[in-house]
Amino acid sequence: MHCLWCDQEIIKDLNWNNLFQLPRDEVLCEGCKKEMHLLKGPYCPKCSRETDGGEVCHDCTRWGEAPLEKNTSLYRYNTFLKEMIAKWKYRGDYILVDIFKEDFRKWFKALKISKGAVLVPIPLSEERFTERGFNQSESLARLLPLETANPLHRVHSEKQSKKSRFDRMTTENPFTITTSITQPVVLIDDIYTTGRTLQHAAKLLKEAGAPSVVSFTLIRS
Amino acid sequence: MIKRLINWWDGRYERQFSTIFPPNFSNPHHETSPHALSLSGKLLLEHQLPDDYRTLLENKYLIKIPAITKKHFDYACNRCGNRVQRFFASWPCGCGASCVYCRKCVQMGRVAFCSSLYIWTGTGAFFPRISEACAWEGELSRYQGVASDRIMEAVDGRSRLLVWAVCGAGKTEMLFAGLEKAFADGKRVCLATPRADVVRELKPRFESAFPDVTIVARYGGSEEVDEGAQFLLATTHQLLYYARAFDVMIIDEVDAFPYHADPMLPYSTARALKTDSTLIYLTATPRLDLKIRSHLKLLPTVFVPQRFHGHPLPVPVFLASFDLKKRVVPKALKVWLDEKKRTGRRVLLFAPTIEKAEKLKGELPGSISAHSEDPDREDKIGRFRQKEVDFLITTTILERGVTFPSIDVAVLDASHDVFDEAALVQIAGRAGRSPEDPDGDVVFFHDGASDAMVNARDSIRKMNKLAEKGLK
Repeated sequence: MHCLWCDQEIIKDLNWNNLFQLPRDEVLCEGCKKEMHLLKGPYCPKCSRETDGGEVCHDCTRWGEAPLEKNTSLYRYNTFLKEMIAKWKYRGDYILVDIFKEDFRKWFKALKISKGAVLVPIPLSEERFTERGFNQSESLARLLPLETANPLHRVHSEKQSKKSRFDRMTTENPFTITTSITQPVVLIDDIYTTGRTLQHAAKLLKEAGAPSVVSFTLIRS
Repeated sequence: MIKRLINWWDGRYERQFSTIFPPNFSNPHHETSPHALSLSGKLLLEHQLPDDYRTLLENKYLIKIPAITKKHFDYACNRCGNRVQRFFASWPCGCGASCVYCRKCVQMGRVAFCSSLYIWTGTGAFFPRISEACAWEGELSRYQGVASDRIMEAVDGRSRLLVWAVCGAGKTEMLFAGLEKAFADGKRVCLATPRADVVRELKPRFESAFPDVTIVARYGGSEEVDEGAQFLLATTHQLLYYARAFDVMIIDEVDAFPYHADPMLPYSTARALKTDSTLIYLTATPRLDLKIRSHLKLLPTVFVPQRFHGHPLPVPVFLASFDLKKRVVPKALKVWLDEKKRTGRRVLLFAPTIEKAEKLKGELPGSISAHSEDPDREDKIGRFRQKEVDFLITTTILERGVTFPSIDVAVLDASHDVFDEAALVQIAGRAGRSPEDPDGDVVFFHDGASDAMVNARDSIRKMNKLAEKGLK
């Protein structure tokens, strides 16, 4: 096996813990694994940002009563992940989604979301979709055992990652919704930065009848 | 027998590519097209084509070749030459059940099983014949003159040549006469190198030497677009975008990482050349494969054993310091640095790893560090060159291609694996590069000398001896 990121050969040592187990397929080598920092508390109960004492963070107090009830993220943003996401999303190295597979499933299970909920990946605008060839949120949603729905539609606008915080917070809602929804919704996205995009989507989904909206994202930056 | 084997082996990339795109493709057109300049010699993806590409395809100005082909059970990427199956992955493309894309060259834009590459087959671009394009008015040393003549011959005779010139021999200046000749014949020229730093360093020098030639520099992150420049300066990765483009190809620092380690790069270099063209390798420290070819007379070689200012190369001094692993700053280094500080000399210190470089920076006041993961690298190197700082700590990233006048060089933990013979010779070559101050100190701090260190010192001495002999 070779590491999916750095292409180094993965050689596992044999010890009493794994002697009688079937070998597991490793995706990353030890060195690359160390660079992926899982968020470990205490963190803000609303957005998963790491805070000192586990209190609600400054940004979430500013949001106040927001349509999005809770966000859960897996990883802390760093330059290593930034490079990885860039290669995955912008360069189109689709298979890199396998790196997140195991953790993403495990954390989702720990959330104990009811079987009746539906996954809604944040859509891309049509222009962006033809440019990239795939929707990264959809590929994340595909890893999870629940059903996926696509009620949202996105109007083309500039990339979020090219904007400042002020620009982001004052943007208009880029989404429109076509159908009504009766199940609880889990929004899926790759990065939670200011939460603006997810809040926009959550607002529309609530108006369309969703009883509750939470989000599950890969990275909290 | 061995020579035939080596020749056969060297032709493998050419054969691989010529199965999908024959080199003597007949051109059905005689009139030139407005697109010829910007499209000819390139290997294009669909989104890089002009809007009217369908008519161009119908009129056979462009031909379409599959990006990835499948033979029996194996895939092969026709853009980067990759045949290693673990670098192929499937993705939900919408074209079919499992569309495979190449992960090896995904950095340069994804190509998948359903995508195509486009090659211009109309009449090629015509470049102006610029006579006496060279505005450089320096003088070449005797050795440089010999090499310069050989380069000119190679350009004229469309042959291959290895220029084996010591660090600081003035390789760039030796090229000028050959380039002038090439531009006078209206040839398209490329100077490729594995390192982006080298491209950035060379660009202003060539621009001032050839003011009338259109020069474009391409490397990862550069903004320039090649709309049909006569002279391309590029990293070897950028050659993936070209096919059958250049009459003259010069590869600077052929032995540098990653050119020798990644078959994608020699493959794209072989493809970027026209069938009847000049290929010149420039290096101070050729690897074994080039040395063998040179020794067997398969690759014509010209030696330049002397620096342009005529002084010998500084021979490295070994200083043992057995507290290397224990202390961040070993005693011997501290003594040496204090001495340099007192005499007001500027110092370039090489550390084996980025971590170590950062640690050293913390311990040594007045120093800055530059390494590959540093976003302000260019800025810091610039400040050291402008003499704003006197002490730069770096990793092997600065081992070659950069010139700082009048510095002393030290290597910490020179027996570390990252410092192979070539790296150490190159590092030693950073010192004493200006004619005003031709001998700088080169010190290797070690805790047990490695073979690489001894070999590096021997090869520097050998070159100095050769230079001496030649003068008599």
